[in-house]
Amino acid sequence: MAIFLTKDSKVIVQGMTGATGMKHTKLMLGDGTNIVGGVNPRKAGTEVDFDGNAVPVFGSVKEAMEKTGANVSVLFVPPAFAKAAVVEAIDAEIPLAVVITEGIAVHDSAAFWAYAKAKGNKTRIIGPNCPGLITPGQSNAGIIPGDITKPGRIGLVSKSGTLTYQMMYELRDIGFSSAVGIGGDPVIGTTHIDALEAFQADPDTDLIVMIGEIGGDAEERAADYIKANVTKPVVGYVAGFTAPEGKTMGHAGAIVSGSSGTAQAKKEALEAAGVKVGKTPSETALLARELLGG
Amino acid sequence: MDLFEYQARDLFAKHGVPVLAGEVIDTPEGARAATERLGGKSVVKAQVKVGGRGKAGGVKLAATPDEAVARATDILGMDIKGHTVHKVMIAETAPEIIEEYYVSYLLDRTNRTFLAMASVAGGMDIEEVAATTPEKLAKVPVDANEGVSIEKAREIVAQAKFPAEVAEKVAEVMVTLWSTFVAEDALLVEVNPLAKVASGDVLALDGKVSLDENAEFRQPEHEALEDKAAANPLEAAAKAKGLNYVKLDGEVGIIGNGAGLVMSTLDVVAYAGENHGGVKPANFLDIGGGASAEVMANGLEIILGDPDVKSVFVNVFGGITACDEVANGIVQALELLKSKGENVTKPLVVRLDGNNAELGRKILSDANHPLVQRVDTMDGAADKAAELAAAK
Repeated sequence: MAIFLTKDSKVIVQGMTGATGMKHTKLMLGDGTNIVGGVNPRKAGTEVDFDGNAVPVFGSVKEAMEKTGANVSVLFVPPAFAKAAVVEAIDAEIPLAVVITEGIAVHDSAAFWAYAKAKGNKTRIIGPNCPGLITPGQSNAGIIPGDITKPGRIGLVSKSGTLTYQMMYELRDIGFSSAVGIGGDPVIGTTHIDALEAFQADPDTDLIVMIGEIGGDAEERAADYIKANVTKPVVGYVAGFTAPEGKTMGHAGAIVSGSSGTAQAKKEALEAAGVKVGKTPSETALLARELLGG
Repeated sequence: MDLFEYQARDLFAKHGVPVLAGEVIDTPEGARAATERLGGKSVVKAQVKVGGRGKAGGVKLAATPDEAVARATDILGMDIKGHTVHKVMIAETAPEIIEEYYVSYLLDRTNRTFLAMASVAGGMDIEEVAATTPEKLAKVPVDANEGVSIEKAREIVAQAKFPAEVAEKVAEVMVTLWSTFVAEDALLVEVNPLAKVASGDVLALDGKVSLDENAEFRQPEHEALEDKAAANPLEAAAKAKGLNYVKLDGEVGIIGNGAGLVMSTLDVVAYAGENHGGVKPANFLDIGGGASAEVMANGLEIILGDPDVKSVFVNVFGGITACDEVANGIVQALELLKSKGENVTKPLVVRLDGNNAELGRKILSDANHPLVQRVDTMDGAADKAAELAAAK
């Protein structure tokens, strides 16, 4: 078991034929991901060769699903076209759409989220501006390096890509059930709470590591959720204690405005919910290690 | 990107939100001609991106063109909460104000939807209204795809309990303000106050607009709205090179990849600094995923050009970014700076992990640059960088 992604997932790539899409499709295949197709209306009917692995290109998500049974789409579509691509995935009712694209305008992400909701949330959206998710040893949908760690019993959910990698590296000897990068944009599809719920239900996850950062109140709401619903141990880390007010720290959503969105407030909320919060990534890894019994 | 009032006014006017005439000037003499064009009297308003300028003396009436020059002379150069006034707006004087209201649209992150806010208690700080009399502030979710029709606008106005005689006029403002919000890819459009004047009309007398920088690809006109004069020169130079950089007030220069890791690096350096004379991070710089040697070199050049920086911490976890590229970037950057005749004396502490880390570490060892030290853990490297900054 794992969450959202397993060895049985059939993955298509929207934007596969672009430079970034090509590079990461190759890497995902190398990690054992079952990639069954790419989508590009202008190249429909052709095939792309990845080291002897011929991946067919389809004209639409719908066609790719009909012909391959695909149930996951990974999107590497440039920001200007991302909204249309996500809407296409929602219309095709693919169960999972992983939006890697960075720099999508808020009016676009708000629009595709509202659209997904109006359509009954049949498509789980992860991202945008995220590294995707990996179930080590089974499948990789996105850009998380597949060789950092092995299968194991820690579940990880994070707003940040590189902190995901750092934490996987710190705990590489223990291994992970799944690691999900939910993205640092103001509007994201899958939240900390969605991942916590899935990890709580996953019999192969014993402990959850949750990484947050400044901006918004997602961590505070996750803390409330943990208090009420999560019985597995949770270890937390929040980045951005020293970030000044009113300055966006790289991620479009990472900004402290007034007294809201500070790292301190998030840490306190998590601790009040019984979550052990580390001061640094290495201390956080140590806390996880202790809870797992060394 | 937050706009000045005059820029917000221009965008409101463009999309049909009722505003008073006004123009922006940056010399006292400009106030004369502008006031003459308005019929001989005006309001002189400081243009600063901070609230409370009225109380600070940054908004003055001028009954004659001469008086406008005098007021502009007073206000230009004034300091309002740390913001120097470089421009003033010469605005038409408002007709007699009967009532002041508040209206805005913004993103509700928590509920992942847009939100209309409206109140009959305008003219004051809306956060105070929300805190003290929340019943006076209507909050109505707006679906991004459905938008605000006149019917939706009437619903917002009804929830905020606007008086019947202005309800339809405010609803019309809600529609044009929504057009501004969408057409300009704004994150916030706010009118405060929206005034009911003696004639019974409603007018946007002051406003705030914040624009989404991610939408620049379809908003080519927004670049001109940037306040280039106010930008920190290092931030401006970094932006010109496409780097994600924020200047901070410490001594340890920071370069890393990925926003989360860089934020975390700032924290770890600040903690380490507590043991080394209180040194702090000098900046945020994210060279991004898949950064090349060239990007690394550009970043290092910006950081080494910051006179406040005493040591530099390069913290990279190679995911997509390959550590050998980063190592080459560091070596190349130092050579490049040397070839430009710059005498680099600031020590660099480098921590590389992840993709091709061994190769990257070897490149640094082989280069054997006297200023570069390798420390292979994040906490250890932060401590070393803080120590070196404190020793300088």
